[in-house]
Formats: sequence, structure tokens, C-alpha cells
Amino acid sequence: MYKRLGRYFPIFMMPILTAFIIAFAVPFLMGLYLSFCDFTTVTDARLTGLSNYKEAFGDDFTHALWYTALFSAASVITVNLFAFVLALLLTKGLKGTNIFRTVFFMPNLIGGIVLGYIWQIIINGILRYRGVDITYSEAYGFFGLLVLTNWQLIGYMMIIYVAGLQNIPNELREAAAIDGASRSMELRHITIPLIMPSITVCTFLTLTNTFKLFDQNLALTAGAPDRLSSLLALDIYNTFYASVGSEGVGQAKAVIFTVILAFIALLQLHVTARRERGNE
Amino acid sequence: MKRRITALLMIISLTVSLPITLASCRKKAENEIYFLNFKPEIADKYKDIAKVYEEETGVRVKISTAAANSYEQTLKSEIAKKKAPTIFQINGPVGYESWKNYCEDLRDTKLYSILSDKNLAITSGDGVYGIPYVIEGYGIICNTAKFDEYFALADRQKIINSFSEINTFAALETVVADMTAHISELSIDGVFASTSLSGGEDWRWQTHLANVPFYLEVTENNYNVGTTVSEITFEHNGVMKKMFDLYLNNSVTDRALLGSKSVADSMAEFALGQCAMVQNGNWAWAQIKGVSGNTVNEEDIRFLPLYTGTELDDTMGLCVGTENYICINKNASDEQKKMADDFLYWLFSSETGKKFVTEELEFLTPFSTFSDREIPGDPLALEVNRWINDPRSESIPWSFVAFPGTSFKTDFGGALLKYAQGTADWDNVVNTVKTRWKEEASKGKK
Repeated sequence: MYKRLGRYFPIFMMPILTAFIIAFAVPFLMGLYLSFCDFTTVTDARLTGLSNYKEAFGDDFTHALWYTALFSAASVITVNLFAFVLALLLTKGLKGTNIFRTVFFMPNLIGGIVLGYIWQIIINGILRYRGVDITYSEAYGFFGLLVLTNWQLIGYMMIIYVAGLQNIPNELREAAAIDGASRSMELRHITIPLIMPSITVCTFLTLTNTFKLFDQNLALTAGAPDRLSSLLALDIYNTFYASVGSEGVGQAKAVIFTVILAFIALLQLHVTARRERGNE
Repeated sequence: MKRRITALLMIISLTVSLPITLASCRKKAENEIYFLNFKPEIADKYKDIAKVYEEETGVRVKISTAAANSYEQTLKSEIAKKKAPTIFQINGPVGYESWKNYCEDLRDTKLYSILSDKNLAITSGDGVYGIPYVIEGYGIICNTAKFDEYFALADRQKIINSFSEINTFAALETVVADMTAHISELSIDGVFASTSLSGGEDWRWQTHLANVPFYLEVTENNYNVGTTVSEITFEHNGVMKKMFDLYLNNSVTDRALLGSKSVADSMAEFALGQCAMVQNGNWAWAQIKGVSGNTVNEEDIRFLPLYTGTELDDTMGLCVGTENYICINKNASDEQKKMADDFLYWLFSSETGKKFVTEELEFLTPFSTFSDREIPGDPLALEVNRWINDPRSESIPWSFVAFPGTSFKTDFGGALLKYAQGTADWDNVVNTVKTRWKEEASKGKK
């Protein structure tokens, strides 16, 4: 059986393997190589060793790193909390559940740039009463990004939580109720352990999505004031395109960014996966 | 057996289709050049030109246009391709610094031979690497209808009595202050349109307005703006501050709220008659005209120079220059290089080409093939032309082409925003300019 399948290996694997190599492996390795080069276009590069990495850790980058880390942490908590609460409410069989699910999911369908500009208008409209706008301080930018991300991601995460909650067998809840478990005990000992897979997926998605956030950042604040509200992706973009001769530095930053992101994502997967297994 | 045949057929079809798809991607004819256009607003007009040119000569010109503000990005990816642009453009000496490995020496081209002032080209050693193709001018665009209303007011200060008397900074300041005192009678929200300072929308200040003090420094110290200037003192920053303060304090928008205003907002305010003046260049006419509900009449449009409050004001003209230099790709084949030169020469010298340039593209060009009458008919271009040819005034060249890159300009704009919002003082602007200039200029030199 295996032998027969082995013969078909090229047919089954070639398309996906080709796609993977063209769209991921080659660009990634090329990017890695370019981060050690001085270049203007990707086909015309000169090796310069580690100097790009030395230059990469400037004030802008470290600030963007902390700003992004803080922003990601805040969004992971708020997005998942709100999404989970909404999912709980919308699996109670309330009237109009489907309409509400659709309404909450809708923001996810709007593109990041559009969302950024819409929220810029809303937030500036509010800040007007204080006589300033969103570019006045990095804290306003942070708050704005947080609101925007929540608004955009909550609906999506909610759907995943709803699916998870609906998979919990009713018998378990009934048994718990008969044994005298209160609502909060049921939540802690039945619901949460059983939707651990959903939590894993949702935290992973929010973490990577917020860490990589670019277009919303560009449209909402574009880094103002003074680049202080630039997230990592925007900082990399600005280094790569806005500064003459700094393409290599931008590339080095991008490599560092990938390593950090991969590390965090793997760590997070490891932790939540262990909790999933722990409940079996 | 049947399954084996199916598998075999699949493999065959895959292997056969691959080279066919690859081959179909490749263009058959070498009879084609590729022009990567910088100006999105006239992208369609270039396509019409390419069509006419192909009918006339049989050479296909592929026109591709980068979206606004993304020319560098597009060029970076396009030029790395096998079918790279034959004709592209750079924005001056700083752009040349990044693209020098791709710029062909244009010294012997027909296009260079018709350039009227050879000093305008980008040169390095004996070589000519970029040729300007459009001359633009900027200053303060005025709606004289509002000034007429002001001068007709009974209770105005009777110091300056006509528009033509506004010929120094002091005169401008006096009129502006008094107009601000009468905004309700003039039915405007402010004398100047919003000083747009949102990200990417601040070039009218960090580049254009800053040109004036930088030009003063350049002429005093004999900097060569054709190369990288490694350090500046920004000692004439006061000239800029005076004008910038005038804009901020007499604006349609409160100075703390300027961080979300765009150039389009400012131009709309001007077009709708909410203000009397706005700083911009002749390229802005399409934008003014395009605003629905536009109340500005063509005949009421005038330009004023960016007065400095120094003795320079006596001869001050508009800031005239270019940020658009044509280059030919060094890595293209010899035939393609020749075809590119032929096309450009045709565009800027043949009757058909010139008609397109003045009527469709609406360029004021620096080429000797154009007569004084062959200029675009929009009021701002006519004004620029009038100022250039006014014997009493001297145009200020665009020295800002030596500004070291977008990153420098972004930080300069950021400092101006903070100054407007009141979170940092003017010294911060001056320091930012000096330190960031030094840092960015050293990067370009590597």
C-alpha cells in the first residue's frame, strides 16, 4: 500500500511543494541573505556582513519593539476577553442571536486602511473636545489602535469561541447542574477547559495579527507624533523605503522581527497545547 | 492500468504546460520600451500618447504608473525584473545617489541636445544622468476676489491699498493680520488654508517652505546641491518660522488640530472660498478645479512669492525648478536605449508630441523646442510663466532637491507638527533638521 502511494508522491506533493518553495522558502532565504547585504534592488546585492544588524538596533526600532509588545499584550487580553463574553452571550439562545453574530462579525470584512481612516475621523471627533487630535501624543495613538483592533478582531474571535462553545455536550452541563455546580463553577471547570483548543487558536491569531499590524497603523496615525506610534511593521517599512541606502537595515530588522514573532508564537502554542493535553 | 495511464497523462500535461506558460509570459518583440510613469494624475494621457506613437512609428511604449507616493517602491521591484523599465525617473541628486547603478549616461542623446539650460540636468563627472522634463513653480496662491472684497471694506487699516502693493513680507503680514480681523465680513474661516501636517501631507512645509532658508544658506556658502551636502547650519530658519507662524496663526483650522489635515483638505478650503490664500504649486490647478462647488474664478488666481522679510524680497520670484528627471536604464539593450531616446525626443520636439505635452500633460518644459506660446493654458501655469519672464523678479531654484531622503523630511515634518501643537518649541525643529540631516546624509554616502 505504502509502496503504491510512494509512486504517486510527485503528483500529490509537487504542486504544493512548488508553491511552498516559490512563495515561501525562496523569498525567505533570499531575505535572510539580503539582510547581510547592501542593496537597492534585490537582484543586485553586495555582502557587508553584520553591519546592518548593528545599525538596526537604533532608538526607533527599540521604541517600536516595546510599543508593539505592549500593544500586542493589551490587545490579546482585551480582544479575547470581549470575544469570549460575547460568544457566551450569543450561545444562550437569546432572540436575534444570528443578527448579532452577523453584526459583530461585519467589521472584520472591512479593509484595514479604510478602518484606519474611519476611526481616525471618529477619534479626532472626540479628541476635538480637548482641542487636540490623535497625532498629539503616542498614548492617543496607542488607545486608538487598541480600539480599532478590538473592533476589528472581536467578531472573528467570537465566531471561533461560539463554535467551541457549541461543541460542549449538554449532558456535561446538566450533570454539573445536578451535582450542584454554580454558574461560575460550571464556567471554570466545564466550559473553559473544554474550549481550550479555541483559546489556543484565538490567542495565536490575535497575537500574530496584532504583532504584524501595518495598514491600520499607517492609516490611523502613520507613526505621528515623531514616529512614536509606529509599530514594528511600519518602522521596518519606513527604514526600507524612506532612508537612502538603508534597505539592508530594513531587511535586517525584518529578519529580527520574524525571529521574535516565530519565538513568541511557538512559545504560546507550546503553553496552550500543554494545557489542552492536561485536560484530557 | 487505467490509473497508471491517468497518472502518466497528468505528468505529461504538467510538464508540457509549464514551459508553455513560461514561454507565453515572454514577449516576442524587442520592439517595445517600458516607461514607468511618476504622475498618477496623467497616467491615462500617457497611454493615449503611447497609442499615437505606436501608430506613427510601430514602436510599442508600455506605460505603467506607480500609485501616488509609491514610486520608489514600485521602481525597486520593477527594475529587478527581467523586463525592467527602459525609462524611469529620479527626484534629484539624492535619487541619483540611490539609482546611480541604473542610470545611463545621456550626454549624447537627442533629448539632452534640446535641453535649454544644461545646468538643470543631473551630472556626475562628465556624465549626464538625469534630464528634467517639466518646470514647476510654487508660492502662495491667492484668490484676488477675496482681496478685492477686503480692499473695499470701509473700516480696514489703510496701509496697503491694493493687491500689487503686497510685495514684501511686512506688507503681506500687515494685510493678513487685518484680514484676520475682518474674517466675518469677508465670509472666510481664515486667511490661509489649513497647514496640512498629517503624515505624508506635510511636504508643502518640510520641503517647499524650507527651500527658502536652505537656498539662502546654499548661496552664502556655495554648497553644491548637485551632490550630497553632509551638514547644514539652518541659520536662516527664522525666515521659515516667520512664514510658518503666519500660516498657523491666520488659518482656517486651529493649530492644535492640523495633524489630521491633508493637502486635499487645504485645496478644497481654497476652492470653496473658505480662505484667501494657500501655499502650493501650479500642479494644484487640477485639484482646485476638481472640487465640486468650486467658487474660485480662473481670472482671480494670482501667485505671490514666499517673501522672506530680507532684502531678497525686492527681487523675489516664485520657487521654480523640478523634481522630475528622466533617466534611461543602463541595463537595457542598446536598441532599447535608442528607442527610448527616440520616443522622448519625439514627445518633446515633434508637433504631435508637443501638442500632447502642452495641452494634455500641461507641462511647462525646459526644452528649447517649445516656443513662448506653447505653454499650458491653466491660470497657475500662466502665472508661473509670467513670474519667470518678469524682468524685475528672480526665481528661487529648488535647492531642496539636496534634502537627504524621505526619512529626514518625515522627521522634519514631525517636528513642525509638534511645534504647531505646542508640545515642542521651534528650537526642536532646528535641532531635528540639523541632526537628522547629518545622520541621513552620511547614510547616502556609504
